[in-house]
Amino acid sequence: MSEYIEHDKAGVSVGLVEKKSFAFAEPPNEMILESGARLGPVTIAYETCGELNDDKSNAVLICHALSGDSHVAGYYSEDDPKPGWWDIMVGPGKGIDTDKYFIVCSNILGSCIGSTGPCTYNPKTVEPYGLDFPVVTIGDMVKAQKALLDHLGIKKILSVIGGSIGGMQVLEWCVSYPEMVVSAIPLATTTRHSALAIAFNEVARQAIMADPNWNNGDYYSGAEPDLGLAVARMIGHITYLSDESMRIKFGRQLQDKSDISYNFDADFQVESYLRYQGAKFVQRFDANSFLYITKAADYYDLEKQHGNGSAVEAFSKTKAKFLVVSFTSDWLYPTYQSRAMVQAMKKSGLDVSFCEIEADWGHDAFLLPSKSLTAMVKGFLERVNNENGKEENAL
Amino acid sequence: MRFDLQIIASWIEPGAKVLDLGCGEGELLYFLKKDKQIEGTGIERVESKVTRCIEKGVPVLQGDINEEIQDYPDDTFDYVILSQTLQQVYEPAMLIQSQLRIGKKGIVSFPNFSCWNVRLQLLATGYAPITKQLPYEWYDTPNIRVITLKDFRKFSKEVGFKIIKEVAINTQNQAKSGKIIKFLPTLFATYGIFLIG
Repeated sequence: MSEYIEHDKAGVSVGLVEKKSFAFAEPPNEMILESGARLGPVTIAYETCGELNDDKSNAVLICHALSGDSHVAGYYSEDDPKPGWWDIMVGPGKGIDTDKYFIVCSNILGSCIGSTGPCTYNPKTVEPYGLDFPVVTIGDMVKAQKALLDHLGIKKILSVIGGSIGGMQVLEWCVSYPEMVVSAIPLATTTRHSALAIAFNEVARQAIMADPNWNNGDYYSGAEPDLGLAVARMIGHITYLSDESMRIKFGRQLQDKSDISYNFDADFQVESYLRYQGAKFVQRFDANSFLYITKAADYYDLEKQHGNGSAVEAFSKTKAKFLVVSFTSDWLYPTYQSRAMVQAMKKSGLDVSFCEIEADWGHDAFLLPSKSLTAMVKGFLERVNNENGKEENAL
Repeated sequence: MRFDLQIIASWIEPGAKVLDLGCGEGELLYFLKKDKQIEGTGIERVESKVTRCIEKGVPVLQGDINEEIQDYPDDTFDYVILSQTLQQVYEPAMLIQSQLRIGKKGIVSFPNFSCWNVRLQLLATGYAPITKQLPYEWYDTPNIRVITLKDFRKFSKEVGFKIIKEVAINTQNQAKSGKIIKFLPTLFATYGIFLIG
């Protein structure tokens, strides 16, 4: 996902938030990963907004995508220039209303923004893990989130919400811990990557690994593979946009010049934009984390891992109520993938709503202000919250 | 709520499982959920209407009714409703058969093309009739079929489904009020509503 961190136009915000961390899986009780490898200790960075109610029934878990973090909404300090990455959706009176719900968002396992990942110190060597970090999966990320919720004393999640790779975590939650998940909102996502999505990820990984500074993942004491990571990010950005959005945003406009330069400078605005995004990204993200997270996304296969190849069988493991949303111009996670997911949910007898939002902005549309997305998320959460109360009383 | 929807709602028992094909903004389902605690879901093609449904707390799938109806297992619902849409369906027999496959009962309503004003318009003016129920010119109408109450009864025999109950009503297009027509319904009813099984 791209970064669209903006101030709320109306100035509404959840206010100050604090990044916390939770450590578990201390050796010898390491976390056993899907691959069979052991990892420990594990630290998960997380943030919460809103208040957990007395019966702990209003918890909402938000799962971030590839380059996101636990900072979903609000500000770290009074003079913090930027709010969290989904501040337009999460806050008082917003789509995910912090006056009503207790929101938890954690940095995924394998990332580099507070949680354990390849740039974390390996207790065995007292050096950063680098490629000694075991390959983690979407299932492992969710397992770490589950440990966090156990620690917070949350036994039921009113809703798990996320887009893109965050959406994969949402689906994984529903089938792995069905007794915990009341409802789910997977946005612009899929049960498994298409060859196209894997192909783009592979080109991005190759860009990193081709950078001599990458040095087989061992670069933490010297120059880092910034060029490779920047190119990887540039590729990512192309896939997050669409032909339409690039045409509207850039067209063939030149950057600060009236004519082409007959050299290899950034002539076109789109070139300049991609270079800027790439350069900005390397300041906050670790190249190895990029490799691990994209690999986890490529490996994810809900049908295979949970349904012997059948999505219907996989979804029959959950009773969650679903709101599935796709966007017309998303070519990374096209609507046909969401429709296939919805079809399997119907066949499993699940309560599912689906909407394809008309949007020019490609995959990134799920992060951009959308009145209809906000209204749907809000209405859906209100419904499942009401029904949850009734069902609890009926028992 | 539209008068025909009020009649349809009165036929549905509390707690039933209901699918509304072409549910619009989910008016009927919203009412049934609140008033009769039904478990309901809708199918609607238009994004803005789908958004409104979900906003109101009515589960809905955006899609084409002819395709979306295929995925449900047999007898998933107690009632499958097709209100004021039959006249726009390309393959009505197939749709009604699917309706009765996935639902124990079906409810179908449509504008009655044998109403006296329709007959009179064609006879008197020689132009294709335009009424409040069917307000389009021949070249811009989404209503690709003209159906009368008698046609539907004949159709039920040909396709092989049973009409359990039928009510003929006289109401304007979106009106909340109307009346049930018992005397010469084929002439005086603007809509027919059929419970089928």
